[in-house]
Amino acid sequence: MRPKLTMSTQAHSVVAPSPRAQWIAGTIVVLYALLTMVPLAWIFLTAFKSGPDSISYPPKLVFTPSAEGFCNLFNTRSRQTDEYLASLPPATTVCDRQARANNMVLVGPSNYAPRFVNSLVIAFGSTALSVALGVTAAYAFSRFRVPLKDDLLFFILSTRMMPPIAVAIPIYLMYRELGLSDTRLGMILLYTAVNVSLAVWLLKGFIDEIPREYEEAALVDGYTRLQAFYKVVLPQATTGIVATAIFCLIFAWNEYAFAVLLTSGEAQTAPPFIPIIIGEGGQDWPAVAAGTALFLLPILVFTVLLRRHLLRGITFGAVRK
Amino acid sequence: MPSPADRVARATPAALARRVRGLSDRAIAWLFIAPTMVLLLAINVFPLIWTVGLSFTNYRANRPNAPVVNVGIDHYVSILTDPDVWHAMQATAHFLFWTILLQTLIGFALAWLIDRKFRGHGFWTTMILIPMMLSPAVVGNFWALLYQPQIGLWNYAVSFFAGVPASSFSMIGEVGLAPWAIVIVDTWMWTPYVMLICLAGLRSIPDYIYEAAEVDRASNWRQFWSITLPMVLPFIMLAVLFRGIENFKMFDMVNLLTAGGPGSTTEVASITLKREAFEKWRTGYSSAFAVILFVTVFGLANIYVKALNRVKSR
Repeated sequence: MRPKLTMSTQAHSVVAPSPRAQWIAGTIVVLYALLTMVPLAWIFLTAFKSGPDSISYPPKLVFTPSAEGFCNLFNTRSRQTDEYLASLPPATTVCDRQARANNMVLVGPSNYAPRFVNSLVIAFGSTALSVALGVTAAYAFSRFRVPLKDDLLFFILSTRMMPPIAVAIPIYLMYRELGLSDTRLGMILLYTAVNVSLAVWLLKGFIDEIPREYEEAALVDGYTRLQAFYKVVLPQATTGIVATAIFCLIFAWNEYAFAVLLTSGEAQTAPPFIPIIIGEGGQDWPAVAAGTALFLLPILVFTVLLRRHLLRGITFGAVRK
Repeated sequence: MPSPADRVARATPAALARRVRGLSDRAIAWLFIAPTMVLLLAINVFPLIWTVGLSFTNYRANRPNAPVVNVGIDHYVSILTDPDVWHAMQATAHFLFWTILLQTLIGFALAWLIDRKFRGHGFWTTMILIPMMLSPAVVGNFWALLYQPQIGLWNYAVSFFAGVPASSFSMIGEVGLAPWAIVIVDTWMWTPYVMLICLAGLRSIPDYIYEAAEVDRASNWRQFWSITLPMVLPFIMLAVLFRGIENFKMFDMVNLLTAGGPGSTTEVASITLKREAFEKWRTGYSSAFAVILFVTVFGLANIYVKALNRVKSR
């Protein structure tokens, strides 16, 4: 009697999990993913609710969508008397109509858009600088005999250990002397200084894995060391560079403590701005949710586009040849 | 052992050598490391030294023109003997312990399950990563809405599944629940981070080791204990190191979620710092506290990194 051919006795690699194990694993992971998505979904839903809907009890899953959140996010309004409202020409845009319905008038753009732009400039600028400094320093630590290498590397790690609150006052005084207070350049330098430690540690791990034979061959062929670095090592380190860039970007994009302590008007980024969007009866939750959702988008897009690099590049030390 | 480039260089006649292009290795090493060091010295070390200097004085940032007096180690003594400070350190330790434990367990479990490579695992991995991409401050602010006893989704969900009336408990307002409120939010945010690092570790274990174990008829459980865990351990330790350092400094999320409350139940170290430095304006005192915190985490990290290096070289 031949044994029945079930799923577990069909031919498969001895190290690949059985289809049933895969199904169980998949179900658990999907359940976890859905569970953690709930607060995120709530943020997106709240962005489209009207003010009263957002704080209703029981929490509303079904509601009529409203543009109030986004309108309040991008515009400032002021309450006017009925007579004044009646004397105005009819409302033109969606946000105009929205405001008039609440007896208010649009006064002008809010500060959200400039803050968003500041975030873009500061975060991407400091990420580029961190990666540039990080990859060069990591290459030097990886390839050359640097005196006190382990101590220097630990020193670099230790720069991340000081709470921002603690150094905020000295940095604020220093920046005021240098004229960097509340400037984009000042924030870029600051975020770079914080991120470069992570960049050096991560990139050194990646570069350690690139065999030296490639550069040695290039050197024997007559390339200078700099050319070997540029033409041979950097292309191979691309996945590591991308992974590092994503981590640095996430930190700089979402940083709050330094931003709230060292910037006020000119160079303020979005994170200090979003939690203080006040409506008339307290926090304007639809606007806060709209601001949060929009602020998440660039990081989300960046990560999704580069996710192959991220998941592959995270495996520093991975491929055993 | 001289590299091929060195041997070629030494074999070159002197006159020709002078015309060979390119900087020497040592020059390049300095050129590549110096900008990083300069930046770190200017923005990290210099303020640190200034903070240490301030910690021995009674400087107050809101009275910059008052006479500054050297008070020696008075601040250090009063901090180390202050029961409120010890309470804050306890709150910090509770936060650190539970967040690291939960994130490591759940993160590793998730990574192991994802490594089974079920259909669509790439997509769901990206989905799980999303909470980590939000700003901790904004997350803390929004979870305050979710935790509201009257209108919050959290209380509603708990009442739906557990039958407890929704307004009977307040995660943020109650002394017993507030520490868990911050642990839950931090775990929600950062478990994907640990998962990612553990996934890297799991992917780095080559298949042939498992195949050899199968040939030796090792059970799945035995393979996990003897192969998987030891080889992923350096990665787990790295994740714990980075999460530990970050959560020791945690400020944004806790400040916007509970502001250290109720009272000072969730007053982690950074919030005490903020209260001393920016509410009471005792700049000298808060600088001393900052130095103590820094020395603590520096010492612990030093020991930990040595252990990590030993594990890596096994």
